[in-house]
Amino acid sequence: MRAFIERLLSRPWFGPLGALLAVYLLFAGLRPDTFAHAGNLEMMARQTVVVAICAVGMTLIMIKGGIDLSVGSVVALTTVVVARGLQAGLSPWTAAALGVAAAASCGALNGILVAGLRITPFIVTLGTMSIMRGVAKGLAGEQKIDANAAGLDEWMAILPPEYGFLVVSPGVWLALGLSALAAGALVYTRYGRHIVAIGSNERAARLCGVPVARVTVMTYALAGVLAGMAGVMEFGTLTVGDPTDSLGLELEVIAAVVIGGGSLSGGQGSIAGSLLGALLMTVIKTGCTHVGVPNWVQEILTGVIIVVAVALDRWRQQPRQSSSAH
Amino acid sequence: MSESLIEGPEAEASLVSARGLDKRFGLTRALQGVEFSARAGEIHAVLGENGAGKSTLMKILAGVIRPDAGELSLGGEAYQPNDPAAAQRAGVAIVHQEPQLCEHLTVSENMSLGAEQTRGGLLDRRAMEQHARRALQELLPDAEAMSIRPEQLLAELGPGPRQLVAIARALASADCRVLILDEPTSSLARSDVEHLFAALRRLRERGLCIVYISHFLEEVMRIADRYTVLRDGAAVGLGEVADATLDEWIRLMVGRDVRDLYPRSEHQSGEVALELDDVWTGAGGPAPLTLRRGEVLGIAGLVGAGRTELLRAVFGLDGVRRGQIRVGAYAGPASPAIRLNQGVGMLSEDRQAEGLAATMSIRDNIILSKLRAFVWPRRARREATRWIEKLDIACRDPDQRVGELSGGNQQKVALARLLRHDVDVLLLDEPTRGIDVASRAQIYGLIDDLASRGRAVLMVSSYLPELFGVCDRIAVMCRGRLGVARPVADLDPESVLHEAAVAS
Ligand SMILES: Nc1ncnc2c1ncn2[C@@H]1O[C@H](COP(=O)(O)OP(=O)(O)OP(=O)(O)O)[C@@H](O)[C@H]1O
Ligand SMILES: [Mg+2]
Repeated sequence: MRAFIERLLSRPWFGPLGALLAVYLLFAGLRPDTFAHAGNLEMMARQTVVVAICAVGMTLIMIKGGIDLSVGSVVALTTVVVARGLQAGLSPWTAAALGVAAAASCGALNGILVAGLRITPFIVTLGTMSIMRGVAKGLAGEQKIDANAAGLDEWMAILPPEYGFLVVSPGVWLALGLSALAAGALVYTRYGRHIVAIGSNERAARLCGVPVARVTVMTYALAGVLAGMAGVMEFGTLTVGDPTDSLGLELEVIAAVVIGGGSLSGGQGSIAGSLLGALLMTVIKTGCTHVGVPNWVQEILTGVIIVVAVALDRWRQQPRQSSSAH
Repeated sequence: MSESLIEGPEAEASLVSARGLDKRFGLTRALQGVEFSARAGEIHAVLGENGAGKSTLMKILAGVIRPDAGELSLGGEAYQPNDPAAAQRAGVAIVHQEPQLCEHLTVSENMSLGAEQTRGGLLDRRAMEQHARRALQELLPDAEAMSIRPEQLLAELGPGPRQLVAIARALASADCRVLILDEPTSSLARSDVEHLFAALRRLRERGLCIVYISHFLEEVMRIADRYTVLRDGAAVGLGEVADATLDEWIRLMVGRDVRDLYPRSEHQSGEVALELDDVWTGAGGPAPLTLRRGEVLGIAGLVGAGRTELLRAVFGLDGVRRGQIRVGAYAGPASPAIRLNQGVGMLSEDRQAEGLAATMSIRDNIILSKLRAFVWPRRARREATRWIEKLDIACRDPDQRVGELSGGNQQKVALARLLRHDVDVLLLDEPTRGIDVASRAQIYGLIDDLASRGRAVLMVSSYLPELFGVCDRIAVMCRGRLGVARPVADLDPESVLHEAAVAS
């Protein structure tokens, strides 16, 4: 029994899951009729999609010991590229693919700079954050681009009744599917184990013949692909290409990963935890709105949750942490 | 049985003692009712197998971790250090098994870390450097000690000099009464060991109590006055070193006799597996070498002679400045991945920083160097379990984090990874560093077995008895220059030491 509880406690997603349940029950208790309503649940799931998809990529990067500050800009750039594509008469799928490809090249660029120039990822992506934002604005001529969403908005819209069997919007399924793929890859593929190994001890990984540079470029590129998909979803929500969209998204995404047990020093984190972290932030936001708490209180609350989550995580790992004091 | 170990007069004579110490880590019981007592003015050795609980006991004495149960006393008074700083104020200083220093700081900054000297609110660098120089000089009065410069970045030093810095740092802490050294010599060169021993004897004269952990039993015989043996977290022996024998110690530690420390079978040396032609590394050169299949070739030398650099260059971790390295017929560019593909594997001397990923599980560490595109955790676990059994790694299960293992068992995990990869050419850098006698015998057996199955082994070690026991040929390296490899039969330890110290 004791062993079982210890095992459960040692799961990285256990903390965020507990926090999510607690916060959800709190708001559901305060506003049983509106907040706990199925429609509201569905809406919260949809509102989490963009952060969640970005968080999947960020989790991979952070487990590897890196960070990506440019996601917000890349998402904005993607909406612009998709809008421009649609304007130019491309089919929605082609436009979306173009957007994802643009985001993927941004990610690959991050990876190449990190691995090739050996500059710390924080600084590289601080730079590309600004670069991508600039490119987005230039491409959009510094204004929003209206385009016929041509069905891309359906990914993020409330389900029409004839698709009721899907239960939630396709966008939510996309987020869940990508998460499942990434979580599986982390555990079941060589690539995944290499990511963890590099984050845990890069020198040891190199000694074991892990192609550190290649894995690095691949991880950032993959995160770029994911940011691109998130960008397409964002476009679906906005139905315009907006170069000033998603300002500060990167911090929200990093917060989700950190709440989910990710560590800025690498080697730790889980996809499930990050998803729960992303959901937790949406629940707080929505719940506060339902209860009528002003915006500034929400922000304070979110900040407190981040710090508390990380502190709890440290505390949870305490008995094992002492090992690093060898 | 342990109750009786420190009754009566022993309790009065002791400076630092422990009674009934218990400590568990999760499901592992590291200590169960340990009794310990050491006196002022003695060098007290603590012996035991890997995972016996030596480091845990020392960490408790030094306030790094707290016991679950039991009492400590220091100088006749109850002693309950809450953290290392408190222990240090009480006069107990420790040098950890894995020296804990900051690579980005200089030697002198490391030595006064936490006790920085200031003048007018600013760091007084001059005073700190003087302090560091004095402390180093006290530890190693010879000029050689000064090859460590106080203003040097720690990152520039190898493990040996680092260890010396760590010891000097502990000694320099204000009014140290008890100095705990956890395997201080495992990465030191012979000459440094002699320096250290001379320093320890001087400290003993001054009335310090020195607690000394080591797996080098011959060394302990020479330096220590009394000993305590731990087995499975309990004290099973306490006595005078003068009355003890090696066999008795081993029996106490292992609980049985260890027959053959250096098992040897016939080695049939075959085709050339590795050839170095006029190779120069960052540490100098030239290093000519021909390693054949089926032989164990040892490289002796002082710490800092460039042996590690040579292995790293062969493995493609560092570049070579000049010359050519041929693995079989291949002489192209090298990287760890290429080398592993060619069947060359390396064991790093620095398992903490490079050998292992401490936050990953034993399983993940063992399988890391040879993964298929898809990994099945269940299968990997089974495989890891096999290696754990084969090498007798003391652990809870394959999913335990490597960082939680005792030092010696960590080394075995690193070795298991190499053996699993089943490489043809093994580059072993201090393969038995921090490993107890019984396991060492086991590892020597493994090396011997590999050689008799036609593998080539290139082994760097600072422990001469081991080189003489295991190797077919030994070459000596001095300041980057590698001498001719000669059969062990034609060599004796004195000539090797001489060659290592004096560049010809
Ligand atoms: N932080 C920790 N978490 C979990 N288990 C631990 C931790 N530290 C030590 N242990 C376990 O406690 C036992 C005793 O370890 P300890 O490090 O004291 O051994 P040791 O005698 O110093 O061995 P070695 O000679 O290999 O250094 C081992 O089984 C080890 O795995
Ligand atoms: Mg130890």
